[in-house]
Amino acid sequence: MSAPALNATMPARLSYPRDRPSAFARLTQNRMASFGLLLLSLIVVVVVAAPILPLAPPHVANVAQRLRPPLTPGHFLGTDQVGRDILSRLIWGTRLSLAVGVFAALIASLIGSAIGLLAAFRGGWIDTLLMRGIDMLMAFPYLLLALAIVAALGPGLVNAMIAITIVNVPFFARGVRGAALSIVRTDFMAAARLSGLSDARIVFWELLPNVMPGIVIGLSTTIGWMILETAGLSFLGLGAQPPQADLGGMLGEGRNLLQVAPHVATIPGLVILLLAIGINLIGDGLRDVLDPKLKSGGLARTHARTDAVSLEERSKGLPLPGAAARLPLAIRGLRTHFRIGRAIYAAVDGVDMAIAPGESVGIVGESGSGKTVTALSILGLVATPPGRIVGGEILHYGEELASATLSRLQEIRGRRIAYVFQDPQSTLNPLIRIGEQIAESIRRHQGKSAAEAMRLAVALLESVHIPDPEHKANAYPHELSGGQRQRVGIAIALANDPELIIADEPTTALDVTTQAQVLKLLNELRRERGAALLFISHDFGVIAAVCDRVHVMYGGRVVESGPVAEVLERPRHPYTQRLLACVPELGRRGRQVTPIPGLPPSTDALPPGCAFAPRCHRAAPRCSIGEITLDAVESDHYARCIRVNDA
Amino acid sequence: MPGLIFRRLLMVVPVLLGVSVIVFLVISLIPGDPARAILGTFATPENIADVTRQLGLDQPLPIQYVVWVSHLLHGDLGRSYILHKPVMDEIMARLFPTLLLAGAALVMASAGGILLGIVAAVRQNEWPDKLITISVLIGISTPSFWLGMLLILWFGVRLAWLPVGGMSEMFGGGGIGDIARHLLLPATTLAAVAGAVLVRLTRGAMLEVLRQDYVRTARAKGLTESRVIFVHAFRNALVGIIPVIGLQAGFVLGGAVYVETVFQWPGIGRMLVSAISTRDILLVQGGVLIVAAAYVLINLLTDLAQSLIDPRIRAS
Ligand code: SF4
Repeated sequence: MSAPALNATMPARLSYPRDRPSAFARLTQNRMASFGLLLLSLIVVVVVAAPILPLAPPHVANVAQRLRPPLTPGHFLGTDQVGRDILSRLIWGTRLSLAVGVFAALIASLIGSAIGLLAAFRGGWIDTLLMRGIDMLMAFPYLLLALAIVAALGPGLVNAMIAITIVNVPFFARGVRGAALSIVRTDFMAAARLSGLSDARIVFWELLPNVMPGIVIGLSTTIGWMILETAGLSFLGLGAQPPQADLGGMLGEGRNLLQVAPHVATIPGLVILLLAIGINLIGDGLRDVLDPKLKSGGLARTHARTDAVSLEERSKGLPLPGAAARLPLAIRGLRTHFRIGRAIYAAVDGVDMAIAPGESVGIVGESGSGKTVTALSILGLVATPPGRIVGGEILHYGEELASATLSRLQEIRGRRIAYVFQDPQSTLNPLIRIGEQIAESIRRHQGKSAAEAMRLAVALLESVHIPDPEHKANAYPHELSGGQRQRVGIAIALANDPELIIADEPTTALDVTTQAQVLKLLNELRRERGAALLFISHDFGVIAAVCDRVHVMYGGRVVESGPVAEVLERPRHPYTQRLLACVPELGRRGRQVTPIPGLPPSTDALPPGCAFAPRCHRAAPRCSIGEITLDAVESDHYARCIRVNDA
Repeated sequence: MPGLIFRRLLMVVPVLLGVSVIVFLVISLIPGDPARAILGTFATPENIADVTRQLGLDQPLPIQYVVWVSHLLHGDLGRSYILHKPVMDEIMARLFPTLLLAGAALVMASAGGILLGIVAAVRQNEWPDKLITISVLIGISTPSFWLGMLLILWFGVRLAWLPVGGMSEMFGGGGIGDIARHLLLPATTLAAVAGAVLVRLTRGAMLEVLRQDYVRTARAKGLTESRVIFVHAFRNALVGIIPVIGLQAGFVLGGAVYVETVFQWPGIGRMLVSAISTRDILLVQGGVLIVAAAYVLINLLTDLAQSLIDPRIRAS
């Protein structure tokens, strides 16, 4: 959702990760998780070895030796109020806490998963009944419910464990039901049922393996909680009863000695902390590994602008700018790359284009051709990471934008150059009234008062033909139709009378009638106000209706460019010819549409020579050797093909 | 909006009913004669007969429940035979300190958690983010009863800056300043864990929202990055954060049991712990019920707050 252009550029690559290492291997690659694993293994080894370690007996009092500080000979961590060795009690106590926590978590996950699977698989009233019950339990503050259960059963370690187990069951039940439900509803499940597989077989062989990762993640989180909570109950005197002590019990006993002998209470707490840290680190690591949504790097913060390498480096080898200083936009040799893991995707790889004042220029191409990334690169709106401008210049009246300061760039954004985005459903802020979404841009750039800006916003809504604009300015985006939202998008772009409007597939999400209206409106308004237009579309018909010039993009490069009428009538590049064959002739119906065979190239593995060669019906061996340049075929018409002049 | 409040209030009724059923059932699970359990050491034959008649304990469970609820609706939760007073009186005396403690903790946790979460998201992978991430890990792994003791040890005993307990009378004449000084350490203790959870959540929510198309639109308008982050991104992130604040209210109300014990705070949590050890069953029942009801109401408030900022929820 975040960067449609990005997603479109590389579906092929991301869905087939090569030689994926096992989950465990990936877990150990995670530095934090390995640390947790190490910490926990250390603790586990020590507590498992407790019976064979040369420890003092944990329950034998020796009042003569009471409250010795740590590092006393014979008592490494000192002694408690009745002279018992703290180290020994600590190790035995950790053993108890860990065992109780793990056992309780396993039982809770077992019962919870069973309830969740049953509810999801049976559905109907069983589901409703079970889930209402679960909801009720979850309406309690977690620990209070445990307290009530302990109150009923009486204090004691086993009862505390039962209480902690019960209050954790809802957590698993709900999670497993959710995961299982999404599988139960698939066609695949329906097929399994129809084919007469027994319920038990379906549940245990089909359902369970699919919800297992969720259960494992849940377990890894809850074991930590459960150790903390059981320790808490023991701390309150409601869990382990003396002389037996788990970590919480030791803390509770030490509480009254806090001022005299702080080590008695602080040391067990430290062990609980280490135990919980170890478990939580492993849990986080597991979640990263098992939950694809959270895969590292999947949630990188997008920066205020696209990263760019230094202008000096980018402009190496470019010809002199020429007339660029008088143009609202001149792009020279633009290269924008995405770095995903170790792969680099050259989404835009050497694009030149110029737009004169008031001119309307189109970019046409399939998804993944780099047209949207080109448009977004202009004002640094390509998401970084992973995007980066690695080459070329973006000149706005001679001012290089990729190296302008952020505050200068922000002055140009929305004021001199404005965008109309694709899919107004996701490009308007759902929580802000539309009038304000227009007015804030006016306030930002024209320094108008709030009231004046709102008045102008209403006027803009009127000029994009929103009915009852005064009233609609107070509406939220979800209260508008798709066409109206797109008009709001246009109003935002027009808010500060920019010199250039960049419209990225502004009509793609709309139905045909609305499409035509919005197009007409956009064109009229920008002519009225004398703004230039950069119009991006996959649809040649739309481009022909709006633009003076067109650039055809393929594989991150311009493969043909020229006046629209000229290119339409005499397309010279085989790709353009194919693209035009796909367009039903304007106004005429029933013409056969021949799709272009093959898929657009993945831009991390562009073939040498012509990127279109694998799909080109005219391809010759020499097409795949060396660089092919964009050459003039007429006075103002260019094509990137070595066979343009072959018969 | 009034209609919405009314609908939400209606939805709360079945939840409260369910909560009361569970509280009632848990206590009626006690093995043996319930009247004897309620009376504990005061169980003379006359007393047992009295209690049995009053609470309808010789009747079947559903009738017992109806009797219990009808008493409840008259503000009668029975009598504590250990404290020699009505359960309701004892709870009412202790409700305010608990709500004050939990409320202060929740406010601290939300404010701190959200703020640090935003900082971590905005400075992702830089040192502030790393520092915050490590603190969060420690925060969610720390037992609050231990943290409370450390704070007592350090600020109360070593530095002697703040009182470490002894808040026996809420309105004992010390005034607001006195209450605040007594509140600071326990509220901080209680806020630490809940705050850590909220930092993590806020960081994730902000990162997610900052990738949305409308944030790109906001940037394309030339808005400053602080306006993009705080007005456009944060408001949307908040929609997901508020319900979790409601959940944290549950953790805070539960965790209050530990913190009240450590700091000797005169609230319901400490009352519950001693009531469990003295087997004062009706007091436990009443205390759990009232706190659970408070939790349900807090969640009602967060629900309403969420629909205040999200027009899409208001509409549905
Ligand atoms: S260069 Fe060769 S492969 Fe490429 S379009 Fe021209 S003919 Fe086709």
